[in-house]
Amino acid sequence: MFRLLKYLKTYKKETVLGPLFKLMEASFELLVPLVMASIIDVGIQNADKKHIFAMGGVLFLLAAVGFGCAITAQFFAAKASVGFATNLRHVIFEHIQTRSYAQMDEFGTSTMMNRLTSDVNQVQTGVNLTLRLLLRSPFIVFGAMIMAFTVDVKGAMIFVVTIPILAVVVFAILLINIPLYKKVQRALDKVVVKTRENLTGVRVVRAFSMEREEVEGYDASVDILKKYQLFAGRVSAFMNPVTFAVVNGATLVLLYKGAVEIDAGFLSQGQLIALVNYMAQILVELVKLANLIITITKSMAGGARIADMLYGDEEEKSKNVNAVTSEKRDSECNKKESIGEQKDIPVPAINDIAFQKVSYIYKGAASPSISNLSFNAKKGDIVGVIGGTGSGKTSLINLLAGFYEAAEGRVLINGKDITACNAEDLRACIGIVPQTAVLFKGTIEENLKWGKADATEEEMWEALELAQAKEFVEQKPNKLKEAVLQGGKNFSGGQRQRLCMARAFVRKPDVLILDDSTSALDYATESKVRQGIRKLTEDAICFIVSQRAASIMDADLLIVLDEGEVAGMGTHEELLKSCNVYAEIYYSQFPEDREEAGNA
Amino acid sequence: MRKKTLRQIFKYIKANTVLLIISLFCALLSVVGTLYLPILIGKGVDLCLGTGLVDFKAIGQLLVIGIIVIAITMTAQFIMNLCNNRMTANVVARMRKDAIRKLQKLPIRYIDNKSYGELVNRIIADVDTFSEGLLLGFTQLFTGILTILGTLGFMLVIDVKITLIVVLVTPLSFFVAGFVSKKTFNLFTKQSSTRGEQTAYIEEMVGNQKIVRAFGKEADTMKRFDEINGKLQNVSVKAIFFSSLTNPATRFINALVYAAVGVFGAIIVMDVDTAITVGELSCFLSYANQYTKPFNEISGVIAEFQNALACAENFFKFLSEEDEKDAVSIDSFVKVGQKEKQDREEYADKEAAESETRYAITNGAKLIGDVTIKNVSFSYVPERKLIEGFNLHVKQGQRVAIVGPTGCGKTTLINLLMRFYDINAGDIILDGVPIDEQSRHDLRDSYGMVLQETWLKNGTIRENIAFGNPDASMEEIEEAAKKAHAHSFITRMPKGYDTEILEDGGNLSNGQKQLLCIARIMLMNPPILILDEATSSIDTRTEMKVQDAFARLMKGKTSFIVAHRLSTIQSADVILVMKDGNVIEQGTHAELLKEKGFYYELYQSQWA
Repeated sequence: MFRLLKYLKTYKKETVLGPLFKLMEASFELLVPLVMASIIDVGIQNADKKHIFAMGGVLFLLAAVGFGCAITAQFFAAKASVGFATNLRHVIFEHIQTRSYAQMDEFGTSTMMNRLTSDVNQVQTGVNLTLRLLLRSPFIVFGAMIMAFTVDVKGAMIFVVTIPILAVVVFAILLINIPLYKKVQRALDKVVVKTRENLTGVRVVRAFSMEREEVEGYDASVDILKKYQLFAGRVSAFMNPVTFAVVNGATLVLLYKGAVEIDAGFLSQGQLIALVNYMAQILVELVKLANLIITITKSMAGGARIADMLYGDEEEKSKNVNAVTSEKRDSECNKKESIGEQKDIPVPAINDIAFQKVSYIYKGAASPSISNLSFNAKKGDIVGVIGGTGSGKTSLINLLAGFYEAAEGRVLINGKDITACNAEDLRACIGIVPQTAVLFKGTIEENLKWGKADATEEEMWEALELAQAKEFVEQKPNKLKEAVLQGGKNFSGGQRQRLCMARAFVRKPDVLILDDSTSALDYATESKVRQGIRKLTEDAICFIVSQRAASIMDADLLIVLDEGEVAGMGTHEELLKSCNVYAEIYYSQFPEDREEAGNA
Repeated sequence: MRKKTLRQIFKYIKANTVLLIISLFCALLSVVGTLYLPILIGKGVDLCLGTGLVDFKAIGQLLVIGIIVIAITMTAQFIMNLCNNRMTANVVARMRKDAIRKLQKLPIRYIDNKSYGELVNRIIADVDTFSEGLLLGFTQLFTGILTILGTLGFMLVIDVKITLIVVLVTPLSFFVAGFVSKKTFNLFTKQSSTRGEQTAYIEEMVGNQKIVRAFGKEADTMKRFDEINGKLQNVSVKAIFFSSLTNPATRFINALVYAAVGVFGAIIVMDVDTAITVGELSCFLSYANQYTKPFNEISGVIAEFQNALACAENFFKFLSEEDEKDAVSIDSFVKVGQKEKQDREEYADKEAAESETRYAITNGAKLIGDVTIKNVSFSYVPERKLIEGFNLHVKQGQRVAIVGPTGCGKTTLINLLMRFYDINAGDIILDGVPIDEQSRHDLRDSYGMVLQETWLKNGTIRENIAFGNPDASMEEIEEAAKKAHAHSFITRMPKGYDTEILEDGGNLSNGQKQLLCIARIMLMNPPILILDEATSSIDTRTEMKVQDAFARLMKGKTSFIVAHRLSTIQSADVILVMKDGNVIEQGTHAELLKEKGFYYELYQSQWA
């Protein structure tokens, strides 16, 4: 977790100066009881008003200079901690953008979001308070002890005993608390998940009349959270009372010892008051330190979670040398793809894609989702991929676009291994229409420009037309400038799919990949879209993944997948004869043809 | 609004009255103890007049009293902490539980119109802010005021003049704190809106990271992210800086008070007439040290109060949203332990009785599945008409297929049948009883539903299949999975039926999710079946097999099937062809083909 601290580097100056000014302020504060002792012992004893006023002036000066130092320190602390948090958010966001697909699947969206938002905020608060207080408090505590020594050695010995006791109490509670707060956080996460679930699943819950059961399940997780909160709270509840008792107990001892010393003539009243004041300062600072520690505990938990996400997989890698090659290459690939250096290099066109005995297996899966797949596709080809649920179609696409790396075999682009290609350049040549139609907040135009940043209006309309989206976009009052709400909520599923297609079309990609992306379209619209695709891909390689035989039957090459295995490969006619799986799929959708085939 | 909010807050606190009273009492004890100790010490100092003049006997008594005071104060503080902690936890848990109950009763329209993030925020973040800000704030406020009053009282008893000095310098503290909090409030508001902007952006881009990648938009999104991030940085530095001025500023004023008390106190001590002692001066000094602290805290608490109240207002607004008409009762068998169990049993009895009466209404007949739609009109927004004067009669056991282009109202029809949305005009009659005269539970229990949008809950595969029937045995679950043709892929998962489904079903494909949703239905035996694109993500080969299972499940039952794939609906008894909210053609597959109308066109386009 402390590796995160490197992101403070840009704020080195502030990080050092902040606590430094804080220490200066604290030093001035430590002088105050001495000045007060002088007022009592010299001023009152000798009835010297002049001395008293002079010392009063000194007190005022100490306060003013201390105030100046404190403000400076707060400024540096704020600057450093916010800067740190800003850097951290940047790094996390960048990290998310460079992790492999497999790793993203592992984390899940809400986890990643929490790291970026609430966890970073917690860390920011922690760093800020640390810079302001973590040094100051112990400094005052030990400073008070040292000052006590300058006043009276015997009295100071009480400090020597008290401080370790306090330290033990504070740190014991701290150590017990850290894991407890982690548990609280985990329980809270669970409640969040359940809350979301009840929102996203509202129709299903109601359809099944499971409201009460859901409520019960939710109650249970709320109760678990409560249990942990109470338990963690019970431990922290000790902090203040125990420190209070120790310090005040010590003050009583101090009073007694002081009385003995005064009786023996070794100590003055003013000095005794100074000692008592130092003890009081210790308590004030300790209360602050205790609260600080709670905040820091929370913030460290947040920091640990962030570190876990940023560096967790590295650690796992070193532990688990087996899972290797693909992940290693993955991270190398990511390095190449370092963000912020995107240039508009003209990319050499992709003319040829080949799979050579490619296999891919999901982490933790029992059997590969693609095994031993080989094929070759050239410019102008349409490759249809068909297969059942979980047959490996999506894995194939992820391999094709370089999102996954083959566990075995090679994927060749223009004869070159895909892992040697610059991932960014590669993706610039590829247009993907994903299975789930996602649009981004903004306007239709902005969404289309995802496909091609400098697309002209003409190009956009052309793409919309090919995707059969022109009509409904034209009907919108603002046409291309029509607002798109988050997630494209203001468009129907079919409209979203067509806009997503237009987004890929506008790029005029060398490789167009449609991942089952016409499922929400009716047949009439889909067939029109297919004509658009034909037109668009005369000069490109097109992969169409579908479960509809009609969508792919006129492809130049059909790949039939079945539970990760290649069940057949060839044209529609060939497969209908030779491939059982394909024939079954086809006839399930065109029963009439089966009859004809049977009659023939 | 404010008043109403306060009343609702009071309701939550009321359940914890005992804790609150104990907490306040302990706070009182703790404040008195804390303030009394400096007096004891001061007295002790006065007993040490000089060499050979120390009264040890008196000091001994004093020490004993001191120890007792410390013990009482410590205990009081500890109990207070425990009470506060428990009170907060209780209220938070209670609020969340109420919220989830509310959620089950809200009209689906309300949930459809809100973003999930917003509602989650209401139930999680707002509740936390409220409890921390208001409950802890309240005890802090109480302690603060007590401390101020107590200090003033103790000081007045010792010496009026020095007290006056303290009281005169203190308003400075208010002034400074007021200035700071005003400044920070604006900055914090700005900070939180910028933060909101960033969160929304993160949600969008992280949630759809794969698409960002596919289009190579990492650099652009990073740039935009950094822009917002920079904006946030600017505001945050200011907000945090200004808010952190409070401490040094009050400490400064504290130091001024301390200096003033020291100087004038010393002069007064020298004055023979007033004759306060050195020990009393030391006591004053301790008070001066602590005096501004509560002021400081109180001003901080007030800012937090505002924030907490705003959160509470949001939360209670959510809680007081109108329930859907005759919403399902989840009910308050929320009380604990024994009582809860008893309540639940009562509830079950009541429900059983209710459904009996309902069957009585339907002439004692069991539900048969005869659906009549009479002159139904419906629209999501008043401005845009959707379904107008819709009529349909479905006899028991009929298989009704609904086809039509996107947006023609197919899914809406299902929303209406299930009463996810209530119709604007007309009647939907199920077995002779208008559905708005039936309880939603009874109505929905008559349906088995599989939707295109698959939803699975966080839990194991087994739990998900048994969702509608939690008491199902393992054999029954496997049986259902086999019927849905999900058994084979489930057994290939790392832990089989006990595999945890990740958030949003991330470890399953859409098709697999759909198969699980189907298995879920296979475990039930609903009189009416609704399949809304239930097999859209499943390959046709598997689908055919699943259809067989459906056919068996649907035998003799009424069913509504929405599908794009015409192959899946050809065997339906009635095919409804919908367009723009109306049924334009109706008949069997063969009839409709002969008609050469819209259906014919749709059908032909499969080969285009």
